Amino acid sequence: MTHSEFDSFRPPEPTRRRRPGGKRGTGRRDTGDGSREMPMVPEPEFTSYYGRPVVKPAPWGDEVAAYLFLGGLAAGSALLGLGGQLTRRPTLRRNARLSALTAVSLGAVALVKDLGRPERFLNMLRTIKVTSPMSVGSWILSAFSVGAAVPAVAEIDRMSGARLPLGPLRTVLQTVEGPAGFGAAFFAGPLAAYTAVLLGDTATPTWNAGHEELPFVFVSSAALASAGLAMITTPVHEAGPARNLAVLGVVGDVAAMRVMEHRMDPVAAEPLHQGKAGAMLKWSERLAAAGGLGTLLGGRNRAVAAASGLALLAASALTRFGVFEAGLSSARDPRYTIEPQKNRLAARRAAGIAGDSITTAG
Amino acid sequence: MGQLSGPTDPTADAHWEHSHPRKGFFTDTSICIGCKACEVACKEWNHNPQDGNLELLGSSYDNTGALGASTWRHVAFIEQGQERITEARESGRALVNLGMPRIGPPAAAVRTEQDLAQVDTTPPDTADFRWLMSSDVCKHCTHAGCLDVCPTGALFRTEFGTVVVQDDVCNGCGTCVAGCPFGVIERRSDGTVKVAGKRDGQHAEHPAVPNAGVAQKCTLCYDRLVADETPACAKACPTTSIKFGNHDDMVETARERVAGLHAQGLTEARLYGANELDGVGGTGAVFLLLDEPEVYGLPPDPRVPTADLPQMYRRAGMAVAGMVAAAAVAFLGGRR
Repeated sequence: MTHSEFDSFRPPEPTRRRRPGGKRGTGRRDTGDGSREMPMVPEPEFTSYYGRPVVKPAPWGDEVAAYLFLGGLAAGSALLGLGGQLTRRPTLRRNARLSALTAVSLGAVALVKDLGRPERFLNMLRTIKVTSPMSVGSWILSAFSVGAAVPAVAEIDRMSGARLPLGPLRTVLQTVEGPAGFGAAFFAGPLAAYTAVLLGDTATPTWNAGHEELPFVFVSSAALASAGLAMITTPVHEAGPARNLAVLGVVGDVAAMRVMEHRMDPVAAEPLHQGKAGAMLKWSERLAAAGGLGTLLGGRNRAVAAASGLALLAASALTRFGVFEAGLSSARDPRYTIEPQKNRLAARRAAGIAGDSITTAG
Repeated sequence: MGQLSGPTDPTADAHWEHSHPRKGFFTDTSICIGCKACEVACKEWNHNPQDGNLELLGSSYDNTGALGASTWRHVAFIEQGQERITEARESGRALVNLGMPRIGPPAAAVRTEQDLAQVDTTPPDTADFRWLMSSDVCKHCTHAGCLDVCPTGALFRTEFGTVVVQDDVCNGCGTCVAGCPFGVIERRSDGTVKVAGKRDGQHAEHPAVPNAGVAQKCTLCYDRLVADETPACAKACPTTSIKFGNHDDMVETARERVAGLHAQGLTEARLYGANELDGVGGTGAVFLLLDEPEVYGLPPDPRVPTADLPQMYRRAGMAVAGMVAAAAVAFLGGRR
């Protein structure tokens, strides 16, 4: 150690990084009823390499978050369209079919726009790879789009008084319209759920930690969004099923989100409550609840139905953007990668499982 | 589709029919001197463009920052005081006491030269202090998260068991970036690097960036391997800190080296990636570290996300069933 008379003016030695506030375990909310598992091993101190992230966030812009919303909206609309087709609700059927095609088209454009090399978007269909949710999803999206386009074009033709220049294809279109509606509905569920697998199957801490419940959050969000849109576009006497679906969607969405946050690693769950993502998810829940209540209490009033529908659409969009943003911010902070991993490693070691560590003594 | 987790031979898993041995690195950080020759050799051989704005990062001698699309070798510099050295030695000893796996027969008995634990390794004119330097690289995992999630087939497993991007196939979807548990692979930006200040002459213009918009990472110098050459970084390493060879030999060498260091009292030495039972099935690039992995910016317990994919698909299937059921109930249930 060198000593000089200026030592007292030196800045203090940098200390190892600790949680802001220095208090440990603030992320764990103790509910007091014992429902939350208490940590059995002391939380290890958190070290990182100059605070730099360990994993890289996906290089995805808001287009991808918008696609999460639009894909879900299209999926739910296709189901409503099929329901309208089967229960003879022509207005609901028409509006839902048109919504499905519009949403899926916008979503696909958003996806292509986000690619690093958009001109190569067809490479997505170069192969079928079940280990890649993106590949599986591309095929689901393609199949769904075909299934959604045919009935929607048939509706447009009908609305325009058979003025589309279809020629002899009109008969074909009218024949396959019904089966195509079934096709779209068949791929609707997978379209709404695969995006959750896409996010879950990453090393992004918050997405990966929620992989068990995220599909339920996403399908519920899709259901309430599409029901909300149908409540805006369709008169109340035909929108009964949409109102039912909206209420079911709200219940599913709020419940799945709560269960997800509860079962996730508590550290990895933190980004869901912080910053922009936290605000979006909080408002998403509020709007979903408001929209659901509005639907239940005043859904037969056209104005109330439309307002509730709008709230539901906003709630779904906020859920998608919130989850998306929470994941990206969890990847940017090394804490969310390192702490859960250290905790689970220490827990395994405490349980006597020492053979599966990447760090070995020899 | 091959195996999603657990020990396996990745080349056979990818249905290569001939038997090239799996190739890999062993990066012995205990003899790294931080010269960054590997970084330079890698950049030159692979024609990788400039990364960043040539700024000083304020993290010891590391101004590269991290592995990325245009940086396939990255030398980390960590400065540690005596307290931290003691802690590292303790955590390494704890690993031994845990009976951490020694896979296969115990490493050959090393002649105990002298107990180095008490040797004064203090650099001149510096208080109790040590410098950790470590050249990081793509791990070429047995179960590679990036490869599993690639939708186009641009990422593939080579006959050497390594993982390589085909630049002309990748459409830049970015899924692999999020799929890598080590944060290695990255999508190359369009390369509009801003030059700090006005400069005349050769630095004023940058050459066009190749492969902009597609995912890029270490190829373990695939073009050199097919010509039976050593990768550029290993070839350039002056201290043999970066060793290259058959993966099995590398693991064996690593185990002998760590046993030797332990015999000399340097219990802080440990291996990273040599265990085929870990979350990624073992890595192709094995490291000898002198502290916990997160100190070097490495994840302490990485797990390839695809290992849980069957479970995720099951849960998604249940969610789909729920959604369809909800829609059916909405139409059939109480007519409101």
